[in-house]
Amino acid sequence: MLLIPCPWCGPRDEAEFHYGGQAHVPYPQNPSALTDEEWARYLFFRDNPKGPFAERWNHGAGCRRWFNAVRDTGTNEILAVYRAGEEPPAIEETRRAATPNPVSAVTSPRVTPSATGEPRTASSAPPALEDEAPSGPTGGLGAEPPEHSGRGGAGEESQPFRHPTRGRVNRDAPLAFTFDGTEYQGYEGDTLASALLANGIIHTGTSIRLGRPRGIFSAGPEEPNAVIQIEAPFPEPMLPATTVELYDGLAATGLPGQGRLATTPDPARYDAVHAHCDLLIVGAGPAGLAAAAAAARTGARVILADDRPEPGGSLLGTAEHLDWVEATSAHLDAAPDVRVLPRTTVFGYYDDNHLLAVERRTNHLGAAAPENVSRERVWRIRARRVVLATGAHERSLAFADNDRPGVMLAASARTYVNRHGVLPGRRAVVFTTNDSAYAAALDLTAAGVDVTAIVDTRPYPGEWAERARAAGIEVLAGHAVVGTEGTVEGTSEGDPRLTAVTVALYEGEPTEAGRTAGQREFAADLLLVSGGWNPVAQLFSQAGGKLRYDDALGAFVPDTCRQAVEVAGSAAGAMDLPSVLAQGVGAASRALAAEGYAPEAPRLPVPDPAARPHTPPMHVYAIPDASDTRSFVDLQRDVSVDDLARATGAGMRSVEHTKRYTTAGTANDQGKTSGLLAGGIVAALLGVDISALGTTTFRPPYTPVSFATLAGRDRGALHDPIRTTALHAWHVEQGALFENVGQWKRPWYYPLPGEDMETAVLRECAAARDSVAFMDASTLGKIDVQGPDAGVFLDLLYTNMMSTLKVGMIRYGVMCRPDGMVFDDGTVIRLAPDRFLVTTTTGNAAAVLDWMEEWSQTEWPDLRVHCTSVTEQWATVALVGPRSRDVLGSLAPQLAVANADFPFMAWRETPVAGIDARVCRISFSGELAYEINVSPWEARALWEALYEAGAPYGITPYGTETMHVLRAEKGYPIIGQDTDGTVTPQDLGMSWVVSKKKPDFIGKRSYARADAVRPDRKHLVGLLPDDPGTFLPEGTQLVADSVLPAPPVPMLGHVTSSYRSAALGRTFALALIKGGRERVGERLYAPVGDRLVPVTVASPVLYDPEGARRDG
Amino acid sequence: MADTTTLSAARPHGAPTSLPSPSPVSALSPVSPLAHEAGRLAAATRTSGGAIRLAELPFLTQLDVRLDSKGAAADAIGLALDLPLPLAPNTVVRAGRSVALWLGPDEWLLVGPPGSERDLESRIREAAGDEPVSVTDVSAQRTTLLVTGPRARDLLAHGCALDLHPRAFGPGRCAQTTLGRTQVVLVARDEPRAGFWVLVRSSFAGYLTDWLLDAATEYMG
Repeated sequence: MLLIPCPWCGPRDEAEFHYGGQAHVPYPQNPSALTDEEWARYLFFRDNPKGPFAERWNHGAGCRRWFNAVRDTGTNEILAVYRAGEEPPAIEETRRAATPNPVSAVTSPRVTPSATGEPRTASSAPPALEDEAPSGPTGGLGAEPPEHSGRGGAGEESQPFRHPTRGRVNRDAPLAFTFDGTEYQGYEGDTLASALLANGIIHTGTSIRLGRPRGIFSAGPEEPNAVIQIEAPFPEPMLPATTVELYDGLAATGLPGQGRLATTPDPARYDAVHAHCDLLIVGAGPAGLAAAAAAARTGARVILADDRPEPGGSLLGTAEHLDWVEATSAHLDAAPDVRVLPRTTVFGYYDDNHLLAVERRTNHLGAAAPENVSRERVWRIRARRVVLATGAHERSLAFADNDRPGVMLAASARTYVNRHGVLPGRRAVVFTTNDSAYAAALDLTAAGVDVTAIVDTRPYPGEWAERARAAGIEVLAGHAVVGTEGTVEGTSEGDPRLTAVTVALYEGEPTEAGRTAGQREFAADLLLVSGGWNPVAQLFSQAGGKLRYDDALGAFVPDTCRQAVEVAGSAAGAMDLPSVLAQGVGAASRALAAEGYAPEAPRLPVPDPAARPHTPPMHVYAIPDASDTRSFVDLQRDVSVDDLARATGAGMRSVEHTKRYTTAGTANDQGKTSGLLAGGIVAALLGVDISALGTTTFRPPYTPVSFATLAGRDRGALHDPIRTTALHAWHVEQGALFENVGQWKRPWYYPLPGEDMETAVLRECAAARDSVAFMDASTLGKIDVQGPDAGVFLDLLYTNMMSTLKVGMIRYGVMCRPDGMVFDDGTVIRLAPDRFLVTTTTGNAAAVLDWMEEWSQTEWPDLRVHCTSVTEQWATVALVGPRSRDVLGSLAPQLAVANADFPFMAWRETPVAGIDARVCRISFSGELAYEINVSPWEARALWEALYEAGAPYGITPYGTETMHVLRAEKGYPIIGQDTDGTVTPQDLGMSWVVSKKKPDFIGKRSYARADAVRPDRKHLVGLLPDDPGTFLPEGTQLVADSVLPAPPVPMLGHVTSSYRSAALGRTFALALIKGGRERVGERLYAPVGDRLVPVTVASPVLYDPEGARRDG
Repeated sequence: MADTTTLSAARPHGAPTSLPSPSPVSALSPVSPLAHEAGRLAAATRTSGGAIRLAELPFLTQLDVRLDSKGAAADAIGLALDLPLPLAPNTVVRAGRSVALWLGPDEWLLVGPPGSERDLESRIREAAGDEPVSVTDVSAQRTTLLVTGPRARDLLAHGCALDLHPRAFGPGRCAQTTLGRTQVVLVARDEPRAGFWVLVRSSFAGYLTDWLLDAATEYMG
């Protein structure tokens, strides 16, 4: 959502504005002096440049002022705004002037890798020998697997892979859940994935295309495999088990890559809230927490959003510095201007630092969720400054059979051990290209997992390898995993889990000889994989930020962005904890300083220097294999190395091509673990550098958001506002059916018991023609036009003369666009020499007022005139029929109602039923009729008085359908029904409403255009089906012959209105027909279904053509 | 297929008694747009335990005044009403029971106690003298909702994109904007805890009430 700076009101959401096209295209001084070509150029031609463009905008939902803006059409940046009538600023000047906040590159400085400190993950561990995870003593290295320890309680017995002490789960709060029909137990603090792993379940479903078994692969929103359906208590499809918080009674099933929408309506509440802050920090990992701590007590308004239930980010997975996390968290909770939003995923980054986030508020409560609290909430955050501390996702590697259940990202396995106290397997092999997996291996070992070997593609892995060896783990340097085995344990339908890993020598380009030479096989039920780290740059990219390839990291990192955003921590490519923390503080401090706040120096933890990475990572994507069809890149889409090779073989030359050709990256995980992997493989296939290949475009949402959440409370009755008149309750009480006219609810007809619509409308029409009827006409738009130049102004807007109207009288008028096409019609009442009341059609009220404002503010600012909407200031009742004078007269004793005293198109002020009223003698039916205007506060009193006074005459309430029939019998067009923006007043047969005397008015010049005088223009005419009972559907086409010729069939026009007439005793229609007025009396044919219905063209005025009934 | 016979047969000839009789017309007092919602608004106020207070302030006098802010009339009117017209965008000036709201560079909304519109209009026109000034009674065009209580700002934030924090929208501020899906005039009352006035077009008042009560559900009980 752009912020557009209104010159008066300041920056407001773009939704408050509407566009008015190119600025500085003045209305010609003397249109009649222009050639057709010059006039057409004014009407139809506008510039369409790329770059700065001066435009008109209207602050329609605000101060209603028109102004000019210079917008860069390429970036949508508003470079300058200035008032109507002012000259545009020079563009170069504009570019500077319009950027008070630096919208140029604002990115974090990147930490230069030191001699030994190679970039690596923030989730670095202290040396394994110093493992002092706060979750308690672990038994140290070589501890027995927990199921043999005998230390587990009942929970552990039922959760064989639960560690007895590790993790942040609440062992006092066991939770029962069901997966694929089997009951299990987990703990508060589990995700569904961790609870499944605790129960020994890693296989969660099959893949979408190949039906291969797949298991839990990660521990976060990047999960490609473990996508599940929640069946109860609240059905929801396609959720990663790794992000679903466990709750009591949860019932879920694994999905084959495709879910099922619930068939019953969603009973939950959803809502949205707008929030504003000086600083939004996305991510509460070490960088985000450090940033928030620096901002907490500065007075700045801070929002810290994180997608997990508790802050800490990667520290929860590494179990480092959790005391600092806790202390910082408490500090933030106590800070008055800081709002911490847990369970909140920022999923979209839009213009002008507008970010959308979804907060999952009651999911984790399961059936205990309170009904009056929204289940999910969309936060619409407008931030002065943003710090993205979104961390990094671990990358996988492509090798043969890398998709078996039991293959898992290394840091994710570490998270399960440290955060959830769950062992993802018993016997593990680690396959890595970088140092970060060593810490995982050591933590798993400490927790009792038998880590048999670490397979490192690097020939000299260095210090971390020594530590691993010291912990008793075999390190195979210069090796790679080349295959996996899996069998079904136990029953024949059991777990198709990994059983063995095949390893071979790897020398960059592994040879067949090397593969067989160094080949070894390890028994394992868990294979931890780390192919490096991808900074989570999705939001930065959505913000318009550019990414650049970081050679050291082997990934794309944020570079520059024109929005006021910085990226900190591993999201910016910093992979050691001291840098991560320093970047968080630095980014927040710069943002705060820019907003005029003095940042604090927060307390930071002191990371162990030994925990830093030492040996540079190796950039490896795929381990070539004879069978690349089973080397998977995108697990969720079943895209293999072979698929990518076919794409490049077919000529695809960019990642955008291969993405669309193979669908890699298009599943609901959006390729979080596979995107760069696919890029690296495609680059190798094409023989280009990955830095030149780039990434595919990141678009919102970062993670899937349900439509129900996005809709919020804008559904059902609140989907669109319903406008009602002061008489609405009466209409409801009388059983009226309603028609939507714009947002108004208008009575359509009032059926009596047993009546259908046709019968009811015929009865209502007859009452109006034979006696008296009344309707609620309050919805008509009303605009008060005041000022010494009001008459001049209306003369320019209307096709006919308004300035000559006498006070006390009323005139019908038509407004056209400059192209001469009818835009609106209505009556104009002259209240005083300098004051008129203009009425508009119901649906066009706002557009007409806007139209008036545009012309008076931009083209004729010197005219002293003001326009004010008074639509709801007045309630209007139309009293129609030959007995209407009797009814009015009985209620308005002070009013001389005789025709001579109160003639047609006059108005009078008088009490009616004791209520101050303005009574207008206007007729939209051809009958004697009045429109009585009163305060809406007294409308019901008037209405009921009329109903009572009219009772002796059988006064009948009527709705819009009857109004339409009555007016159509008289040939009165409805703008927007009988016209469509291509119809002139002359086309409607209303040349009489187009002034010949006025030198100019909007539309006049166009009537001299060749197009406006074509003999075959479509005219509004009446149509009488030869069979008086045949009804022509609106929209029916008309053709010349009784036999359809071969296509293309020449179409003469179409039916615009069609009714059954009580007064005429037959059906009739109005139609726009080529040269229609010259065809009166001609027979045409209307294709209806498979028949050609013969019709005769008639005058549009079918009832009382002499106008005898108007005066009663 | 219908024919003329059925059409004619369907034409009733005076059936005045076929509709239910109206309730007897009495000297009805004026009915405000949200009069029929008073019960729901009061119930919501009660149920929220005071966290949210909602009520209609009916029949307030509202005059739309248009004039050249640089002309002589502006000062003259300010003096005559003892209520200077605010010149800073989106601000209000209060005096006694009346408030002047800035709506545009040449437009103000004067809000006063019920029934004062004629007096106010004549005083304005008199003060303006020969200067062109447009005055339009719009008292019934909008009705006024009082939204107050400790959670008032949170409630409005569900549907209003403006920053309503006291730092940005404190006493003395007003704004025309959208709330939910309808346009409103928001006025910060004279001290932060006093909440807001929400002026809404009468035809949208029912919708906005439904919207507010739905948004307030969370603050109930």
